[in-house]
Amino acid sequence: MTSGALIRVSQLWKSYADTAVLERINLTVERNEFVTVVGASGCGKTTFFKLLLGEEQPTRGTIFVGGEPLSPEPGKDRGVVFQRYSVFPHLTVLENVLLGLELRRSKFLCRSLGRRRREEVEQCEEMLDRVGLLPSAKAYPDALSGGMQQRLALSQTLITGPEILLLDEPFGALDPGIRSDMHELVRELYRELKLTVLMITHDLSEGFRLGTRLLVFDKVRVDPQAPEAYGATITYDVPVTRNRNNGNGQAESVL
Amino acid sequence: MRLINLRPSRGAALIVAALPFAALVVVYLVFSDLRLEANPNDKLLPSVESFADAIHRMAFKPSVRTGDILLWADTGASLQRLFIGIGVSALAGFTFGILNGLIPWFSATWSPLVRVISMIPPMAVLPILFITFGLGELAKVVLIVFGTAPFIMRDLEQRVRELPREQIVKAQTLDANTWQIVVRVVAPQVLPRLIDAVRLSLGAAWLFLIAAEAIASTEGLGYRIFLVRRYLAMDVILPYVAWITLLAFLLDVGFRRLNAFLFPWYGTSR
Repeated sequence: MTSGALIRVSQLWKSYADTAVLERINLTVERNEFVTVVGASGCGKTTFFKLLLGEEQPTRGTIFVGGEPLSPEPGKDRGVVFQRYSVFPHLTVLENVLLGLELRRSKFLCRSLGRRRREEVEQCEEMLDRVGLLPSAKAYPDALSGGMQQRLALSQTLITGPEILLLDEPFGALDPGIRSDMHELVRELYRELKLTVLMITHDLSEGFRLGTRLLVFDKVRVDPQAPEAYGATITYDVPVTRNRNNGNGQAESVL
Repeated sequence: MRLINLRPSRGAALIVAALPFAALVVVYLVFSDLRLEANPNDKLLPSVESFADAIHRMAFKPSVRTGDILLWADTGASLQRLFIGIGVSALAGFTFGILNGLIPWFSATWSPLVRVISMIPPMAVLPILFITFGLGELAKVVLIVFGTAPFIMRDLEQRVRELPREQIVKAQTLDANTWQIVVRVVAPQVLPRLIDAVRLSLGAAWLFLIAAEAIASTEGLGYRIFLVRRYLAMDVILPYVAWITLLAFLLDVGFRRLNAFLFPWYGTSR
């Protein structure tokens, strides 16, 4: 488990009925990489994201995580934050974060009680404090701003300690100022928790700013008579060395 | 200013809202007076005194025959049928709605049947219910269930499907199994929607209740109205209709308040 690539994708194809979406995707992601995926809308980056999540199954090819083929449904090793609807509207901020811990330990009752609950609440409050949401712990998500909701979604996902963090345009709906705060937060969490991140974005500069590696999805083969005949693939795979982590928190140039 | 931009103040809104009601009362009194002047025994539009008389007789004096105060006995019997019927429907709707909305194999098995049953006009099966369950309470309750449960089931199934896919995926990445997703994600979120569905099906529930009582019963609000119809007793029928309307209105307001009280997050997040 310790050596070898964390995510390996080999000869992945995905098509719906007669429409090819992705073709010949080959990718290896090492531990602690921050991979950003950019591409025009409709280039299949969200489909690729759903395949990694396990929400959809590849037509051909396999995805390996930690050497094992991916199970055909979402699982606890891959945390996720979507652009919207990532948090539960019927739970308060604290309950949203607590949920992951409760679900892990209490399979039938689905709730933690007594001393264990107090410990878990403490753990959640630490996490909320880390992302600056502790003052809103008792609020419902609807009372939070978009940026705060995404902070909550991040804490909710990271509290259970997933190895891989999948982000689907998590800052797409935020104002520019809030967005750069969020960039800061994600970069810090990435370093502190030694995460492996894969983030979809339509913003090229965001991709360069955050990632240690940038993937571009595009169609290389186009049939003008049948635009749906060919899918997109990875056309560029660019290392962004200035964002790489040398292990003591400093960025350094590898090349 | 354009008409669409002119808004009444709170006080003005109250006054104009009261006007049509007042107009109805005045029109009634005028025509009632005219008819009674022509024929003091006219029963179609009784006077205010006859209403007061009838209300006193029905709501405050024990019946000579049974010793019960009829309005309360009727109300108790009707509300009991209504609540049992709508309660069974709510329970069935909640269970089937969640299972149908969340579990593809369950939905593939049961959704077509629920859809077909919901197309059957409930009044058409009332004779079957009377034949099968007899003329007692059971047949009336079953009619209410038959008339409201399919709607609530289908509505809740739809509400479950409307939950963002992202939430269900997120729960799975938090290692939730199907049971946990039902208990922590789906059920708490559709509970206020269930109360809404129940509230909206109350109108239908009253319809089936009164229909069943009209045909075979010995007490109940619907039974009383149809009984006194034989004597053209408008002085009893109209207060009963007003009373039923008031009950329906209070139930509606009650369910709204209950939702706002129990689920403070609901309504803001839509």
